[in-house]
Amino acid sequence: MAARTLYDKLVDAHVVRNLDDAGLVLLYVDRTVLNEYTSPQAFAGLRAAGRKVWNPKAALMVVDHVNPTAARRVRAMPDSAATRQVDYFAENARDFGIEYFDILDPRQGIEHVVAPEQGLVMPGMVIAAGDSHSTAYGAFGALGYGIGTSDIEHYLATSTVRYRRLKTMRIHLSGTAAPFGVTPKDIVMEVIRRIGADGATGYAVEFSGPAVSDMSVEGRIVMSIMIVEAGARGVVIAPDQKVLDYLKGRPRSPKGEMWERAATNWHALSSDPSAKFDREVTLDVSEVAPLVTWGTSPDQAIAVTDNVPDPVKQAEPHRKAAAMRALSYMGLTPGTSIQSVPIDFAFIGSCTNARIEDLRDAAEIFRGRRVAAGVRAIVVPGSTQVRVQAEAEGLAKVFTDAGVEWRQSGCSMCLAMNDDVLSPGQRCASSTNRNFEGRQGPGSRTHLMSPAMVAAAAVTGRITDVRSLLGGSHQ
Amino acid sequence: MTPFDQVAGVAAPMMAPNVDTDVIMPKMFLKGVDRSGLGEGAFNLLRFSGGKVNPDFILNQDGYRDACFLVVGPNFGCGSSREHAVWGLQQLGIRALIGTSFAGIFNDNCANNGLLTISLDPERVTELASVITDRSRNDVAVDLSAQTIRFDRGRRTMPFEIEPARKEAFLTGRDFIASTLVYADDIRAFEARHRAASPWMF
Repeated sequence: MAARTLYDKLVDAHVVRNLDDAGLVLLYVDRTVLNEYTSPQAFAGLRAAGRKVWNPKAALMVVDHVNPTAARRVRAMPDSAATRQVDYFAENARDFGIEYFDILDPRQGIEHVVAPEQGLVMPGMVIAAGDSHSTAYGAFGALGYGIGTSDIEHYLATSTVRYRRLKTMRIHLSGTAAPFGVTPKDIVMEVIRRIGADGATGYAVEFSGPAVSDMSVEGRIVMSIMIVEAGARGVVIAPDQKVLDYLKGRPRSPKGEMWERAATNWHALSSDPSAKFDREVTLDVSEVAPLVTWGTSPDQAIAVTDNVPDPVKQAEPHRKAAAMRALSYMGLTPGTSIQSVPIDFAFIGSCTNARIEDLRDAAEIFRGRRVAAGVRAIVVPGSTQVRVQAEAEGLAKVFTDAGVEWRQSGCSMCLAMNDDVLSPGQRCASSTNRNFEGRQGPGSRTHLMSPAMVAAAAVTGRITDVRSLLGGSHQ
Repeated sequence: MTPFDQVAGVAAPMMAPNVDTDVIMPKMFLKGVDRSGLGEGAFNLLRFSGGKVNPDFILNQDGYRDACFLVVGPNFGCGSSREHAVWGLQQLGIRALIGTSFAGIFNDNCANNGLLTISLDPERVTELASVITDRSRNDVAVDLSAQTIRFDRGRRTMPFEIEPARKEAFLTGRDFIASTLVYADDIRAFEARHRAASPWMF
């Protein structure tokens, strides 16, 4: 057989049948996670057609988008529309026999944090779910990707999706990242900046190379999630011992002899050495600096040491117009140092950057410092388990001592579907993945960056090179 | 889904790159459990500002209010996996989107709902956009069977490509779930083999 990529192997292993001669297949999907806002119409469709869920055990339902993050959490939602959505969600779980974590469940959290935490994501799986950041699961050697509500309905009814094979792109990361201040978030933002917000559209991405091997599993999740902002429609990273160590002993991980069988299988999952990719991108991560976005598209980013760019240098007229609109929306002037830009709000959270390692990074900066006057900073852990762990490690106390609000878990101010919303004109240093117009509230201004960079901005009150705060014993 | 064969009407140019689903359907409109009210939601923050109609937004301008086609910039529909964006565009009366590239999930969502997406070379999209910018020449007819776009008062025609399976689905307005359930035995047989090979996944 010809050399194959890991992506090809995962797809081949899940083809139920071909639907045409051009690569359209009926693809078996091993697992899904459902949230309260992209699933209701799918369940309504099943009800209307009198259909059942093919394999209820393959799904998990988690409330994550609309829930408030206030410290004293109760089941009731303050917002009647959110209440209705969550009530319908619970009703669907009950009627269709699907496991459900409500907001008081100790396992609750953002779906992309919860699923790996529970050991539901395993190498070799195909996982499709109703959230674009389902690419997260690629970090485990699973093929993860996002689908819409109609496809959720199709999946629930059949355990399959209609799937067209993608082109493959390898993003090879060589070199060693700077020891302080440069994180997987910065690396993936650098890739997006180079290839553009549509640079990976139509592709499944495989991350490879020594810098990936060096990275923790959580760091790989950050990259797998964020590369969707370049249009990637699926991500895979070959599993290694770090992935197995992460999975061992998780609640849903296989045990005993079954673990041994699975582990043997997982170790064999990788692209063949001579496999050809449709596109190759390489990046020496030692060249990467901490990044921050200046515009309203995730590829509108610069090194924190740079100045706001001048759209006049952009030749293509529609992109130039978009850049000018972005600058106007963001209230920025070309040529100013991005580090002179003051912030009103600092948000650490979201599926991209609210895991324990992210909170440790942020706490390192907050330790012994105070949030600047006039800045409101909140930390929303990715899951209740992350929250509990952060409290056990003393991170929560570091945050509260610094004047940071320590919240309950959820998606919160990533898309601001709950009550955490910015006011028009407010400027936020944010560890999230999207800086779109109005994303964190109508008229809000979002600067994407790593959690440590958000913490640095919170304590100085302006966008700041985190490396300038990592002096003394850190060097 | 609604079948699509021949549709003729007005097209509006919306050439900015990376128009995301947060812009197409702002989050305030995502709290329903059905598909109602999404026509109001579509482009809401662009169509209205401070409770008033925003005269700068293309769909609020003379000659474009009744557009049934949007001619769009690259990577249209990027961002969140919110099918509400597609339902909202349809409730606004949009039947087809013509551009260079569409974001993956959004493109699939369009196909699942009968909102036709047509991908053309950048030069073709620019040509079409420049013609429809002249209101006196803004008439477009999309013929899916023939795979053509006729415009400029019928004087110009462009062919377009579409995968045969997708074309068939648009023409017939097929129920994909019913089509797939025809293969239920294949799914069961696959599942048995898969479970035997990878029992830890089940």
